[in-house]
Amino acid sequence: MAQTIAEFRAEARAWLQANCPPKMRQPMSSEDDVCWGGRHIVFSSDAQRQWLQRMAERGWTVPAWPREYGGAGLSGEEAKVLAQEMRALGCRPPLQSFGIWMLGPALLKFGSEAQKLEHLPKIARGEIRWCQGYSEPNAGSDLAALATRADDHGDHFIVNGQKIWTSYADKADWIFCLVRTDTAVKKHTGISFVLFDMATPGVSTKPILLISGKSPFCETFFDNVRVEKHNLVGSAGGGWDVAKYLLTHEREMIGSIGDRAVAKPLGQQAAALVGLDAQGRLADALLRAKIAEFEVDEAAFRLTLERFADQAKAGQAEPAFSSALKYYGAELNKRRHELLMAAGGSDALEWDSEGSRHGFAARTWLRTKGNSIEGGTSEVQLNVIAKRILELPGA
Amino acid sequence: MALLLTEEQTLLRDSAHSFLAANAPVSALRKLRDTHDDTGFSRPLWRDFAEMGFPAMLVPEAHGGLGLGHVEAGLVMQEIGRHLCASPLWASAIVAASALRHGSAALQAAWLPALARGERLLTLAVDERSKHAPQHITLRATAHGDGWLLQGAKCFVVDGHAADALIVAARSSGPVDDADGITLFVVARDAPGVQIERVAMLDARPTARISFTHTAVAADALLGSVGGGAPVLQAALDAGRAAAAAELLGLADEVFARTVAYLKERRQFGRLIGEFQGLQHRAAALYVDIELARAALLKAQQSLDANDAGASNAVSVAKARAGTSATLAVQEGVQMHGGMGMTDEFDIGLFMKRARVLQELFGDSAFHADALARARGY
Repeated sequence: MAQTIAEFRAEARAWLQANCPPKMRQPMSSEDDVCWGGRHIVFSSDAQRQWLQRMAERGWTVPAWPREYGGAGLSGEEAKVLAQEMRALGCRPPLQSFGIWMLGPALLKFGSEAQKLEHLPKIARGEIRWCQGYSEPNAGSDLAALATRADDHGDHFIVNGQKIWTSYADKADWIFCLVRTDTAVKKHTGISFVLFDMATPGVSTKPILLISGKSPFCETFFDNVRVEKHNLVGSAGGGWDVAKYLLTHEREMIGSIGDRAVAKPLGQQAAALVGLDAQGRLADALLRAKIAEFEVDEAAFRLTLERFADQAKAGQAEPAFSSALKYYGAELNKRRHELLMAAGGSDALEWDSEGSRHGFAARTWLRTKGNSIEGGTSEVQLNVIAKRILELPGA
Repeated sequence: MALLLTEEQTLLRDSAHSFLAANAPVSALRKLRDTHDDTGFSRPLWRDFAEMGFPAMLVPEAHGGLGLGHVEAGLVMQEIGRHLCASPLWASAIVAASALRHGSAALQAAWLPALARGERLLTLAVDERSKHAPQHITLRATAHGDGWLLQGAKCFVVDGHAADALIVAARSSGPVDDADGITLFVVARDAPGVQIERVAMLDARPTARISFTHTAVAADALLGSVGGGAPVLQAALDAGRAAAAAELLGLADEVFARTVAYLKERRQFGRLIGEFQGLQHRAAALYVDIELARAALLKAQQSLDANDAGASNAVSVAKARAGTSATLAVQEGVQMHGGMGMTDEFDIGLFMKRARVLQELFGDSAFHADALARARGY
């Protein structure tokens, strides 16, 4: 007999309560708290290891993926309920990765059966950590201008070129990469989407030091890298379709960045920092007003994400709407951290102290400035909306 | 519950849309304004509304209504916003009906069936100050024999000039600004000592300033309990706020559609102005802003219909968002229409005026952001 959604909710809640370690229900407070998986994974605690194992066994690291690929085969409605229950209990995501957010959806749509069976279960269990080889020094907003070449050698390609802004390339095991397989055709049609191991001879990475003092991005170099043909996803020259589809997921992922964080509402965080007046209001009236407006927008944005997911399930979604989510979510997250810095005052300026958790607030604030650049700038997203949704002339 | 319309709701929206497009064009509002129409809305159109069942939407079936919810009422309000249609639907069938549903069986039986048929108009008289502050009530209710005496004044009473009866929020005890001690009464317009001054607002729609001088009302005029009117008032305010947000969203949608159409037809410097990236980005940002209001509104309406504990907060988010989105839409609408947007002949200015009124009605965006902050403990 089919389980009702209410039964599923009760069962999910009970299981999470029994299986989510208390430590994994605390808000995340540093980058060590994020579990990215991979061959060289170092768990920050036993609780983090347990939580990943338990969730992966149940297929709940990727709840909506089919069971044969490491998921739990949940319906969209069930996956939404699971997310709600995890949020209600304050459960941290057991695993976060570009494999889950970006490559997985693209493989499910464009991959061969063999590719799905080889790669998806390892993503679901957190065994292989992926990075994304998209941007190049001369192909940023104009991504399709990419110049990394893959020359055809019969059963394999030889790849030469350079990528930039490759997130965590130095920590990744494999890369999904856009390469040019045909230079004689228009720029969008000569691109292919390939997968290869970062341990392949000829691959090297160089971290880029950011204004945050951290190096989440790398330059990635390919010097005569051999890539087997069976690692081509989709057809040769058909990579742009895969790339665009994956970008919509990347945009949704960046757009929902503020939504994933299990954190107290901004107003309450600010209250702990600034204090309340005799009427129980945030002691800084102008800051309170800005935070209140932010929380209205944040609530509305969260509902917009929910509505988009519901539309997608019902087949009613506007495909280019991921650009709207990416644009607004990125700008919202930047606003959040501007306000957090204002609330933190001089405490939030500390860079190395233990008390500031080594400048967590300041470094996070600086990092968010990239939100409106990575995955297509805010300006590119507005171009996409103007062209695809509003159908404005010449856009 | 999915944030989507059901098939029935989509049908209702479509039929309301075709009906209003055919029978209530923006030119109808212009005509009411230019002929200085005393009523401020069309009685024949209101009878058509009654035939369509619009005034009956929120009235329970037991009292001759349709027993529909706030999602459905909001769909009609969106179309009203889109067409700038003047009607007493909001004041009577949404706000007053939502208050009356909390009245005694006798009170409901006395008013709701006639309200649902559109034969009787009621409205809520709550504001006493120019900025909405629904607990700031000084209008005094004093026990008098078996009944009560009312003394005080109200302002910004929507359709108060045309209402047959007023739902008056009075203070029977406690200090000003206290939620306790508020008592609601249903007062006939011709009760002794009631003076109604019709005030036309900038959107060409009438409201009223109403004073009550030793106004005697009988005990059966009581709506809810003595001193316990706050939750009834809250229900009426929530319903009115969600519906005003719906009207704002419909208005924003229409202004945005007209503005994007203008960007595609107006030529300057030898090209369509919609080709300029400076305007494209602003139009795209406005599109996103309006979509946020749409999601917030549907959630608020669903929460009201489900009696969720957090419904009032969801309504505040929706009213605040719809207010800012519509304000941005009319500002950008006038600017992008250039000089034409400043003319009385073009409709955009009418939308701007209506948006300004709806923004103030039952609390502007700042009021509702403040309410959310209080609810969240800061």
